[in-house]
Amino acid sequence: MIPNLNHLTPYDKVGVQERVNRFCTRSIKKSSKTDGLKLALSMIDLTTLEGKDTPGKVKQLCYKALHLHDSMRDLPTVAAVCVYPTYVALAKKELEGSEIQVASVATAFPSGQSSLETKLLDTRFAVDQGADEIDMVISRGEFLSGHYAYVFDEIAAVKEACGNAHLKVILETGELDTLDNVRKASELAMHAGADFIKTSTGKIQPAATLPVTYVMLDAIKDYYLKTGKQIGMKPAGGISTSKLALQYLVMLNEMLGEQWMNKEYFRFGASSLANDILMQLAKAETGFYQSANYFSKD
Amino acid sequence: MAKTPAKKTFHASWTYEAAPESTDHIKIKEQYGHFIEGKFVTPEEGKYFETHNPATDDFLARVAEGSAADVDKAVAAARKAFKSWSRLHGSDRGKYIFRIARLIQEKAREFAVIESLDGGKPIRESRDIDIPLAANHFFYYAGWADKLAYAFPNRKVMPIGVAGQIIPWNFPLLMAAWKLAPALATGNTVVLKPAETTPLTALKLAEVIQESGLPAGVVNIVTGAGETGAALVNHPGVDKIAFTGSTRVGKYIQKAIAGTSKRLTLELGGKGANIIFEDAAIDQAVEGIVNAIFFNQGHVCCAGSRLFVQESVAETVIDKLKDRIDTLIVGDPLDKNTDIGAINSRRQLETIEGYIAIGKKEGGEIYQPGCKLPERGNWCPPTLFMNVSQSHRIVQEEIFGPVLAIQTFRTIDEVVEKANNTPYGLSAGVWTDKGSKIFHLTQKLQAGVVWANTYNKFDATSPFGGYKESGFGREGGLHGLKPYVKLD
Repeated sequence: MIPNLNHLTPYDKVGVQERVNRFCTRSIKKSSKTDGLKLALSMIDLTTLEGKDTPGKVKQLCYKALHLHDSMRDLPTVAAVCVYPTYVALAKKELEGSEIQVASVATAFPSGQSSLETKLLDTRFAVDQGADEIDMVISRGEFLSGHYAYVFDEIAAVKEACGNAHLKVILETGELDTLDNVRKASELAMHAGADFIKTSTGKIQPAATLPVTYVMLDAIKDYYLKTGKQIGMKPAGGISTSKLALQYLVMLNEMLGEQWMNKEYFRFGASSLANDILMQLAKAETGFYQSANYFSKD
Repeated sequence: MAKTPAKKTFHASWTYEAAPESTDHIKIKEQYGHFIEGKFVTPEEGKYFETHNPATDDFLARVAEGSAADVDKAVAAARKAFKSWSRLHGSDRGKYIFRIARLIQEKAREFAVIESLDGGKPIRESRDIDIPLAANHFFYYAGWADKLAYAFPNRKVMPIGVAGQIIPWNFPLLMAAWKLAPALATGNTVVLKPAETTPLTALKLAEVIQESGLPAGVVNIVTGAGETGAALVNHPGVDKIAFTGSTRVGKYIQKAIAGTSKRLTLELGGKGANIIFEDAAIDQAVEGIVNAIFFNQGHVCCAGSRLFVQESVAETVIDKLKDRIDTLIVGDPLDKNTDIGAINSRRQLETIEGYIAIGKKEGGEIYQPGCKLPERGNWCPPTLFMNVSQSHRIVQEEIFGPVLAIQTFRTIDEVVEKANNTPYGLSAGVWTDKGSKIFHLTQKLQAGVVWANTYNKFDATSPFGGYKESGFGREGGLHGLKPYVKLD
């Protein structure tokens, strides 16, 4: 049922930023740092979403996902590879036998400007191709016009089309303007059946930010307290350094804690983050920073 | 049917390894004399007392215990220096003060570590708040030194003379800066007495003052306890007393100088009301509650120690508040991840524990998180008391520790009446999404500072001070110059 959005508690932008700054002053050293980095690595959705994607590029990305840095021991793999629907079958084949999930964007990604019918076809196509996870976009235009019921119904319909595939709902917070809107959209998505809520497509700036993620985590927490349903979170876009990834994890750790500190409930949508984390892990192991040329780029 | 989630669902699983700030780079002498006429001198009676780290009880340094003779010497030095310092052109006075500000910035790390060692406050606060703000105050008042004619248009501005300044232990360097900067900018000379449990940063500041080349005798620092302070207050050569500390001592000072021509400013205790309305941004308000009462272990005169929550949101706010304080990290003040440090002294800890016992005895419902406290040193976990009323002692009296008394209210008129129903009047906080409500309350609350949708924010340009038994006179901003000038 569509949630009542009239009595949501407001957010104070200055206050949220202040809280976020506190998370960012946490000093993460030594084993807590390597633990955190490995966890972050295991939560990555390794992503390529370009018009110029080709089978060759997708194969390379899948190989990278399976072989992050073979010279280093005890490395986790990334959580998933995220591609357009046309490459789902290929990615599925490349990753066969591994635990790595294949996620696909759908629903007229990234703008979402199409008919519901087309979006559902898009979703079903990706699922038929074998996608384990679907990353859909909400209709921001409808949302900003106040047509919340439309947005809610659309998410619910896509959820149905997903079948057993997990649904991540992209709010595209960079277009929602206010933190209060982010909260509203989060409520809609969670009530409509999202398994994950996700900040951004990566195509709009600003993409993921800590304040926006704070608000979404807060929404997840309240929803859990109210319904007992645990929703996952995926910040995506613009998270390219280990330091920033650790700041996200600190926030997750101190807001939602243990139950969410795993790849089942938290993901990073990122492409260059993995190599930065590998560099930091190599530094922790050897004591020296190595050239970026020692880490493969795919 | 939705299952009801178990309590304590959100506990953190990732523990951060200790990240202590290094103490290698700091220099503390084994023994400090008084700082009089530009030099460290041995006390007349040869007595010293020890200062300890409240987090470990470890010895830090021996510090001179000031006698009446020491105070006499310091006042004489200040009197002597006043002649030339008061006649120095404002821009030249400004240069010295700017130099002190810059030197504090240069040695910020060292100051921060010593402040945390000697006082027990978390390094995050001394590093990010105390020390930068102290430098800011010197910068700000240095700027006024040659512009006093603009601060008081059409008046002739003259310094008062020798100022006796007595500062508390909760913000040792910052309070020294609040007192010294305006006094120096306006051409006064000073005898400063730091608190007996936290003298080290003031003595470090004395070294900075030496380095700055400030003329000898303009700032003198005499260390000691209450008796040293009394000698300073009662010294006939002092023209002005500025005191920050307890209301009890403030009252004593006012009696002591009655009938003399000494001027006086007092910044005393408080029992700040922090008011949360149902339309507030609840999560940010919860953060504000935490910041209002647990900042500096609650050793803050303007702490928001009385929380008023509108009844319609009381349950939510209290649940979220409990959840939040469960995640606070209590421990080593030097660890960069510490949220709450050590209680400043054994005596203060006993006072706080006394009040917690009173709160329990009077029937308050207590909540403390199950955080592990270090074995050595002075520690008190963050503490909430629910189901209390204006008639409870823990609501009426200043505890000066991490203890919050929570009451609920129904209407604006009710909360205004209760907020003002205290002998104190230093600070208040208002949390609402509605601007008009904020202005309505700022007019009605009898408090020197009213924070809206934030708490415990300080700025050199903003005046700070109390109503009623929280004192009189303002520090900071343009208003902060006034207590240090004679106007013709």
